[in-house]
Amino acid sequence: MENRDDLLVNDSYAPMVNHSEEEGKAIRKKIWKVTALLSILTTLEIIMGIYLSSRSSDLWVVVKWSFIIMTLVKAFYIVMEFMHLGHENKSLRRYIIIPYLIFIAYMIYLIVMEGFKVGNGYS
Amino acid sequence: MAGHVENVDSATAWGGGRSPFNVTYGKMMMWFFLVSDALTFGGFLVALGFAKASAESWPLAEDVFFHFPLTHANWPLIYVALMTFILIVSSVTMVLAVEAGHRMDQKGVQKWLGWTVVGGLVFLGSQAWEWATFIAGNENGMATLLNNPYNVMNPDDVRYTNFFFFVTGFHGFHVFTGVVINFLVFLKVKKGVYQARGHYEMVEKVGLYWHFVDLVWVFVFTFFYLV
Repeated sequence: MENRDDLLVNDSYAPMVNHSEEEGKAIRKKIWKVTALLSILTTLEIIMGIYLSSRSSDLWVVVKWSFIIMTLVKAFYIVMEFMHLGHENKSLRRYIIIPYLIFIAYMIYLIVMEGFKVGNGYS
Repeated sequence: MAGHVENVDSATAWGGGRSPFNVTYGKMMMWFFLVSDALTFGGFLVALGFAKASAESWPLAEDVFFHFPLTHANWPLIYVALMTFILIVSSVTMVLAVEAGHRMDQKGVQKWLGWTVVGGLVFLGSQAWEWATFIAGNENGMATLLNNPYNVMNPDDVRYTNFFFFVTGFHGFHVFTGVVINFLVFLKVKKGVYQARGHYEMVEKVGLYWHFVDLVWVFVFTFFYLV
């Protein structure tokens, strides 16, 4: 027998994921909406990147944080819609996202703070 | 892609004989791998943050990435922007392949997965050009692991070139393996393996990996080229 990694319930695959032609239409509409959002945000980032550099802009802190926020919004839509995590089982979603965010937020805090300290202390 | 999540009570869900997360073994393992890989990339980007926070000076992206193929124009960030769009579009064609798979539309999966492979190859080619241009450097010399011609204030600090090679190189290698895997799955779709199996979950799984590659690039783009 073929070795399969797609079993869901009692050694059988439940093809619940397949959908009809009409459902497909609605899903494709959603995909194009997310595509438009990602394209708009990327375009905005590039325009800001070209015209508002840290050299020419007095509002660099605002610009920098808006880059980071736009990136996080893009990441949210890629993970939730394109990677379909937003439509998976709630416990699966939480147990993938929450531990990752805790670790990475703690690591960013520790290491970037250390970076500023090292820079101020020795340079 | 469809939102059919079967609702079962927790005694049934955790009672054995089924996946409590309502997800197949293969997809679950792909998520495990992606979380660990995301921590690796997170480590790289945080290390980049450390380098930038502690450096005396750091080159501005618009002083380094302003070249465009076949021109001598000064177009800051335009080429990187183009690469970003290519990767986003190939991510979109991948979702469309997954969606076609859910309708058991073999021709549709074949078409969209094929375009995804093409998008990945175009991105890799663009990155090869980007690397060649970066290495060629400027009037201060070539960019290598031991020489940083872009940091005029502090040329001894080679961390800028090191991070460029390391972060974009590691990401580029992911793109390369993604293209290879997508192509292998494309061949299997063409042979009708998944049509016979009754579902296209393999396309979903390689799709997860491909979207992850796009996700990482979104962060690399922000933290290497913009911020």
